[in-house]
Amino acid sequence: MATIEKSLTEEKEQAATWDVERIRADFPVLRQTVNGKPLVYLDNAASSQVPQVVIERGSMYLEQEHSNIHRGVHYLSQKATTAYEGARETVKRFINARGSKECIFVRGATEGINLVMHGYGRKFISAEDEIIISAMEHHANIVPWQMLCEEKGARLRVIPMNDAGELLLDEYEGLLNERTKLVAVNHVSNALGTINPIKAMIESAHKYGVPVLIDGAQSAPHMIVDVQDLDCDFYAFSGHKMFAPTGSGVVYGKARLLEQMNPFQGGGDMIKSVTFEKTTFADLPNKFEAGTPAIASQIGLGAAIDYLNSIGREQAAAYEHELLRYATERLSGIEGVRIIGTAREKASVLSFVIDEIHAHDIGTILDQEGIAVRAGHHCAQPVMQRFNVPATARASFAFYNTKEEVDVLANTIEKVIEIFS
Amino acid sequence: MSELSELYQQVILDHNKKPRNFRKLETANHSAEGYNPLCGDQLTVYLHLEDDAVREISFEGSGCAISKAAASMMTQAVKGKSKHEAEQLFTEFHRMVTGELDEENTQNALGNLKIFSGVREFPVRIKCASLAWHTMHAALNNQELVSTE
Repeated sequence: MATIEKSLTEEKEQAATWDVERIRADFPVLRQTVNGKPLVYLDNAASSQVPQVVIERGSMYLEQEHSNIHRGVHYLSQKATTAYEGARETVKRFINARGSKECIFVRGATEGINLVMHGYGRKFISAEDEIIISAMEHHANIVPWQMLCEEKGARLRVIPMNDAGELLLDEYEGLLNERTKLVAVNHVSNALGTINPIKAMIESAHKYGVPVLIDGAQSAPHMIVDVQDLDCDFYAFSGHKMFAPTGSGVVYGKARLLEQMNPFQGGGDMIKSVTFEKTTFADLPNKFEAGTPAIASQIGLGAAIDYLNSIGREQAAAYEHELLRYATERLSGIEGVRIIGTAREKASVLSFVIDEIHAHDIGTILDQEGIAVRAGHHCAQPVMQRFNVPATARASFAFYNTKEEVDVLANTIEKVIEIFS
Repeated sequence: MSELSELYQQVILDHNKKPRNFRKLETANHSAEGYNPLCGDQLTVYLHLEDDAVREISFEGSGCAISKAAASMMTQAVKGKSKHEAEQLFTEFHRMVTGELDEENTQNALGNLKIFSGVREFPVRIKCASLAWHTMHAALNNQELVSTE
């Protein structure tokens, strides 16, 4: 308890020294008004905003380096290749992969998970095998596995959760068996904000020799991720949720597994040689990167990681945690508001419902006051069913949000309740 | 907040709170399910058609205030109408919320349904207002499932 209190105090101190106005100045999009009100952007779990340095890096590529990669002997192609591969090195350090060839560039976490489904799942999973996912997955980490199970006659098993939105780990242990061929869980739930104890869950799976895929879409932007320490086998995340442009993303895989896997898509850049009789595939990571990728976006992802490092990732996380604590306190204090997802360990996401008021009505009224939240099922319909709500409103925070914005949110929620009373 | 008060008028809020004809219709001989995958709104419209006229109509399901109030008022408007009149109302309502119909200056049968005209200022909410109407239209035409996507 003493250590928890100490760490809370430390966190508050770190949060107090966070110069949020200086940080906000880095994000041009935040300077606008919406419906005559200052934009309060609280939809970061869907897509976060892009700092000026990332915009400039993308522009610089388009102005000075644009060309196709890995192909030309000419000057521009080499510049583009250097920048693109430089971004991969940055990603490697960001998640502490053993090698940059383990970091496959994809369009986002969804494509990363589909890559593993096609490359690993279709090769190594067959009839009667079992895949374990959790009750709090995003559709991106449900549907590909369902499709695979359908195709192979394999079985999807689901780790249940309690009313707070925490996975029942005993049940998880019970689901693991010799038929289990893959575990796929999210690090942080996009609908509930729960941080799952993935390190322990990975350890349990490995006792059965089962590889684990982590959907890191909501964790990569908000916490330090070390894939070697976690010992996860795959880790997928999206650039557009971590201050980079859409179209950027990464799926990390252990080299040993990636090498055994089938390619995802066929095409240019993923081959060593092609004849009409036979194709030899390229080595990692190119084997998984057919066709011309989103070069500018992936270079932008590298720049976004540099930006995160420059502002201090631990301090940013501490500040966000304090914001979440404050928002939870403010919204809990409003009669009629119920928070969905009350796990002990949470990050960045605050989902809520209001008695008798549908989330879409909440979203529309908040929008009129310049507040952007997500209203709906958050691509996690099973989570909505579990909590018996049709939809929730979700405020999700980034290190550029302020307590004043939380106050605007809370005050406007009171106004919503007034309109419907 | 003026556009907002236009959208959330008292009549709409009242129908949201106390939806009319909100039940399953045991005598229904037509029904259809409407679904808006974007927001998860889901409703079923039940019709009892006799001699080409809507003798009874009801609905059940869940959705936002706009979709619920629109469904409630749709049932009131359509009850007793001929199939042709119901279809015509559907067309007029749809044209009004999408901004194609100037409901104040053209001949129409919308009556108190005009309070939904404010929806056109909120493009993402147009589907909420029209879901029940699409579903009623589908039930009339023996389609079982309609999606606004």
